[in-house]
Amino acid sequence: MKQYSYFPGCSLKSTAVAYDQSVRAISASLGMELIELKDWNCCGSTAYSSIDKLESIAIPCRNLALAEERGLDLVTPCTACYRNFEKVDSHLKLYPFLKPKLDKVLAAAGLEYHGKVKVRHLVDVLLNDVGVEAIVSKAVNSFHGLKVAIYYGCLLVRPRATFDDPENPHSLDGLLESLGAQVVPFPAKGRCCGGSLVISNVDLALGLIQRILDSAHSNEAECIVTVCPLCQLSLDAYQGMVNNKFGTHYKLPILFLSQLLGTALGMEHKDLGFEKSIVSSEKVLARHLQEGKR
Amino acid sequence: MKPRIGVYICHCGANIAPTVDVESVREFAEGLDSVVVARDYKFMCSEPGQNMIKEDAENFQLDRVVVAACSPQMHEATFRRVCEEAGINRYLFQQANIREHCSWVTHDSEQATRKAKALVAAAARRVARQESLEVREVGVTPAALIVGGGIAGIQAALDIAEAGYKVYLVEREPSIGGHMIQLDKTFPTLDCSACILTPKMAQAGSHPNIELMTYSEVVDVSGYVGNFQVKIRKKPRYVDESKCTGCGICQEKCPWTADNEFDVGLGKRKAIYTPFAQAVPNVPVIDTEHCVYFQKGTCRACQKFCEAEAIDFEQSEELVEVEVGAIVLTTGYETFDPSIIYQYGYKRLDNVITALEFERLCNAAGPTGGRITLNGGAEPERVAIIHCVGSRDRNHHEYCSKVCCMYSMKFAHLVREKTGAKVHEFYTDLRSSGKGYEEFYNRILNEGVIFVRSRPPEVFSENGILVVQCEDTLADCQRRVPVDMVILSTALQPRSDAGEVARLFGISRSADGFFLEKHPKLAPVATMTDGIFVAGCAQGPKDIPDTVAQASAAAAAVLSMISKGKIEVEAATSVVDQELCSGCKTCISLCPYNAISFLEDREVAEINDVLCKGCGVCVAACPAGAITGRHFTDKQILAEIEGLLADVKPPLVAV
Repeated sequence: MKQYSYFPGCSLKSTAVAYDQSVRAISASLGMELIELKDWNCCGSTAYSSIDKLESIAIPCRNLALAEERGLDLVTPCTACYRNFEKVDSHLKLYPFLKPKLDKVLAAAGLEYHGKVKVRHLVDVLLNDVGVEAIVSKAVNSFHGLKVAIYYGCLLVRPRATFDDPENPHSLDGLLESLGAQVVPFPAKGRCCGGSLVISNVDLALGLIQRILDSAHSNEAECIVTVCPLCQLSLDAYQGMVNNKFGTHYKLPILFLSQLLGTALGMEHKDLGFEKSIVSSEKVLARHLQEGKR
Repeated sequence: MKPRIGVYICHCGANIAPTVDVESVREFAEGLDSVVVARDYKFMCSEPGQNMIKEDAENFQLDRVVVAACSPQMHEATFRRVCEEAGINRYLFQQANIREHCSWVTHDSEQATRKAKALVAAAARRVARQESLEVREVGVTPAALIVGGGIAGIQAALDIAEAGYKVYLVEREPSIGGHMIQLDKTFPTLDCSACILTPKMAQAGSHPNIELMTYSEVVDVSGYVGNFQVKIRKKPRYVDESKCTGCGICQEKCPWTADNEFDVGLGKRKAIYTPFAQAVPNVPVIDTEHCVYFQKGTCRACQKFCEAEAIDFEQSEELVEVEVGAIVLTTGYETFDPSIIYQYGYKRLDNVITALEFERLCNAAGPTGGRITLNGGAEPERVAIIHCVGSRDRNHHEYCSKVCCMYSMKFAHLVREKTGAKVHEFYTDLRSSGKGYEEFYNRILNEGVIFVRSRPPEVFSENGILVVQCEDTLADCQRRVPVDMVILSTALQPRSDAGEVARLFGISRSADGFFLEKHPKLAPVATMTDGIFVAGCAQGPKDIPDTVAQASAAAAAVLSMISKGKIEVEAATSVVDQELCSGCKTCISLCPYNAISFLEDREVAEINDVLCKGCGVCVAACPAGAITGRHFTDKQILAEIEGLLADVKPPLVAV
């Protein structure tokens, strides 16, 4: 069992409880011990970075300082949190004059940061620490040709390349194919879902969401798999509004990768938070899982 | 007899003198052992500087010369010649580099002067121990091999053949013509590419001095400058070249088809085919993969209809050996495959095509008869041309492919002329340097083509329409441009087998993968291997005028070498003391030039003076110390080190 510091982030405690629930559910059987970071705070999200550079770094850095004390890799399932943490180190390199100021801020909280924390996204850990083979070997259910569009989102692989191709992310394709799913071509897989724009400019955001849903729908996907709480919220919760606005009839379940993995591992749907979704995935999944039983 | 050395310190204008105190170096040199005269002068390489050495040689009976100046790379040849003219063997000259290694690398005058003195002392001490060597000459085979029958190879072959020398022109494909014959029009004059090339192809095909070897590849090269032995593999055409009249009935009757490589897969050809109508030679080949006779043993339609009885299913591969004095590599380029740039949708989205595909689409002899059409046959109303696909991109090729801006504008013109479609050019920077090129750009601007300075991040399909998403960096806004067709201006890149070809001919490649010239400015067609030259896009991306000029330059270089009939061979080679040689053969396996052979009867190694380049690998490796590098003997090198360290500690006793 490999230990990790676990950072759920605000979304996983509110809009994406299902993500948190399912990640915790699969972690043990995949050999990951997720130890939630004590006294963690918001990663700063997008709000601070447009207002104050120092604050936008100091806020996520407090979490990094806490993680550094533990000495474990810091894992987060939230793509935005992941990018904000990753940004700390790259910004300190770019703006070294921030470092003494940052030290002062952290010192006020009795903390220090030396840049020694390895920040990992859940996808990176699943693929590169646990490994496709290990996951597949533990799977009890196959998806029998379930057509999935894998939605990587805009932040997982950008702006700085880490573990996947920023122009054509494809790291999860192999895993889902090994689990029996059919990965459909999905040109919008790296596009922006609008993020929090849906609050300030709903028309613009609905257009962005529609483009992603259309791309998946026109490639005959039966569901979309995401690895970001905000992406899931945008595509799931606003699908009805998109249908109203554009006269479309999308009925695409938006699943978290961890929910799908949990299903493959044979876990109960109620333990994976499926009931929290707005567009139900019950029928789609049942159809394909049933085929296996026949 | 004590040597009599003359030492000359060059000011090199403002390059050496302001940093190095040349007068003090000269005074220092005057005090060195065996130095009978030392002078400093503004430009030693100038006529008066050269004459100074010659006059001193006579007046002071000099027998050795040291010049402290630039790098020997620059002027060793000059001063060696001066010495020879003064009756001093060229190997009794030594050059001290007090420019690149001294004055150019510091502002500290005191340190520079001290180092210059050390370098002069080293050279003087070394030259006193140098020995005269005899420069030998070998004959040159008065013939040349040209590898690659594109425009570069054709031009070089014709130039050499016209001068009266034999040329072997080897081409891998069934016909010569290269990429140029695939192009529709040429910028900036817009003359038809085939129309200007086919006369040259025909001339090369019928020239009495040119032996055309198409459908052939070089498989082995041995020998050395002036005397190369080359093995060429002639692939079987299954058509007898001496009998075929080129009537074309076989292609007409052949019932089997395959994708046409010449049309980059856009059209079909028969299993027996010439790649295009004006092929030289006009002799078809049988593609055995698609010929049913070769696959299943039946058909023979071509044979039945061939009146000349030229079809020969029994033909087999032939190995031909030729001897040549010089080789020119004109193996050309490949175009970049844009399908790895996922976001541009090539092979994923309909009507996203490459530049070469557009050339064929636009060509009157191409698959659509010259009509620019979309999938399904309609003409486009809106066309986007994206520049720098694979070029100027750190993910792919860092270099600029040089021709894309110009050919993209040519495309815009052709699209406007043939279809009247609206054309957007998405460019990074517009590069139109060349005779008549900027004028061509202005012409295209006036034709109403829209230029957008942008590197589009994505091409996608929306409701069945292609959309180019871009950031217009001049207007500072995001744009979405709907179009019917996207042309990707793909990079020129080294051939995928350029590495193997480089190894076969013993030449190097630059970091970009193209063949490396000897000097980027002053020896642009020579390579580090004497007698092997490069021209055209094999050396780097270039347009047709530059390619032709470079090919002619390579031909001139070949001619000046083979027309002399003889070439000098480096005398600073290695020699085996056969008394000391234990016959261990270590040197033989290490020699990069295959210059060492083993004398079985006496069980010792022997070095061929002509093949040896004096690299010294064997000298260092010989466990018995039996090999000496002429002009680089232990005595000479130790003397040089002593001279260099003379002011570090008291002079050592001479060896």
